[in-house]
Amino acid sequence: MPTSSLVMFEEEFKQITAVIDRLLKEANAKVVFLVDKDGQLIAASGETGDMDTTSLASLTAGNIAATGGLAKLIGEKEFSILFHEGEKDNLHISIVGQRVILVVIFDQRSSLGLVRLRVKKANDELNAILQKLLQRVEKKPAAQENLLAEITDSDIDKLFH
Amino acid sequence: MSFINYSSREINCKIVYYGPGLCGKTTNLSFIFKKTNPEHRGKMISLATETERTLFFDFLPLSLGDIKGFKTRFHLYTVPGQIFYDASRKLILKGVDGIVFVADSQIERMDANIESFENMKVNLNEQGYDLAAIPYVIQYNKRDLANVAPVAELKKVLNGNGVPDFEAVAAAGSGVFETLKAIVKLVLIELKKGT
Ligand SMILES: Nc1nc2c(ncn2[C@@H]2O[C@H](COP(=O)(O)OP(=O)(O)OP(=O)(O)O)[C@@H](O)[C@H]2O)c(=O)[nH]1
Ligand SMILES: [Mg+2]
Repeated sequence: MPTSSLVMFEEEFKQITAVIDRLLKEANAKVVFLVDKDGQLIAASGETGDMDTTSLASLTAGNIAATGGLAKLIGEKEFSILFHEGEKDNLHISIVGQRVILVVIFDQRSSLGLVRLRVKKANDELNAILQKLLQRVEKKPAAQENLLAEITDSDIDKLFH
Repeated sequence: MSFINYSSREINCKIVYYGPGLCGKTTNLSFIFKKTNPEHRGKMISLATETERTLFFDFLPLSLGDIKGFKTRFHLYTVPGQIFYDASRKLILKGVDGIVFVADSQIERMDANIESFENMKVNLNEQGYDLAAIPYVIQYNKRDLANVAPVAELKKVLNGNGVPDFEAVAAAGSGVFETLKAIVKLVLIELKKGT
């Protein structure tokens, strides 16, 4: 396998959430979320109440994957920032450390300039956390092995009842 | 690539339905969507053409219940089967944890099945995966039609590796959950082995 599974512990989750909470405030954004490139939601902050974050995560990843494919076709490595402008809400999408996607949803209470500025800072912080996490994953945590080793066949069968 | 979150106590895995155009991949997901309690699934998203051919992917998030206190979530995707959407198929395969290969049992689709299976191997290799190392199952779909190849024939051509395989009539739902259950099981067993 080219990549091992992404394992995130409580501490890392807290650090990540702290960064995106702060980004939300400083950028005057409505929602900020972080998605794995495979489309899995890692963390979200803001008015996510009636938002379908699972679908958002999957479509964001699809979007990044498609534009990444386009980039390669014209000889670029990737487009690290995407911006979609709507009538009310706008979407700012950027890639963090080549592995995860940071999405900021904002309206007229903020501006593209402000969002860009704040995203840049958050990007560096998130990247540092992620690099540490990935290093740890490569070393394989004992805790993960314990958890998964305990799964039995009957646990799996029960899932479908 | 699975994602295990100790904070929210979740295990997330990605399953891709692969196969030739019109073999019934989208139909599998639609049936799972229809028959699953809304509490255990999210919206089904279909990025499709006007004629309901998959253009980029279908997506259906399922949560199947707990294992050792961890919620298990499975993200089901289909690829577009039409040959010229190959670039999209490659993208959907990224980070895959398990594959359902859906074959169209009709005799005249035999070549299309083989071509799609080979295409899947090539696309996996390009991503640095090897089919032999990925959990996968095979579904022989459209068993209700008159002009179908015998299952033994399909097995010989597509299932040299002897992975779990199932007959199905996805349009009516038969075989759909058996297939899903088998791939979920293989994926969890693989996860347990460790990557
Ligand atoms: N008779 C019969 N028809 C089926 C069965 N399963 C699917 N179909 C029909 O086959 C057609 C194509 O099904 P889809 O699920 O859209 O096929 P697909 O594999 O998603 O096709 P692409 O998106 O182009 O790759 C539809 O008209 C389905 O109703 C089956 O078991 N029996
Ligand atoms: Mg389809």
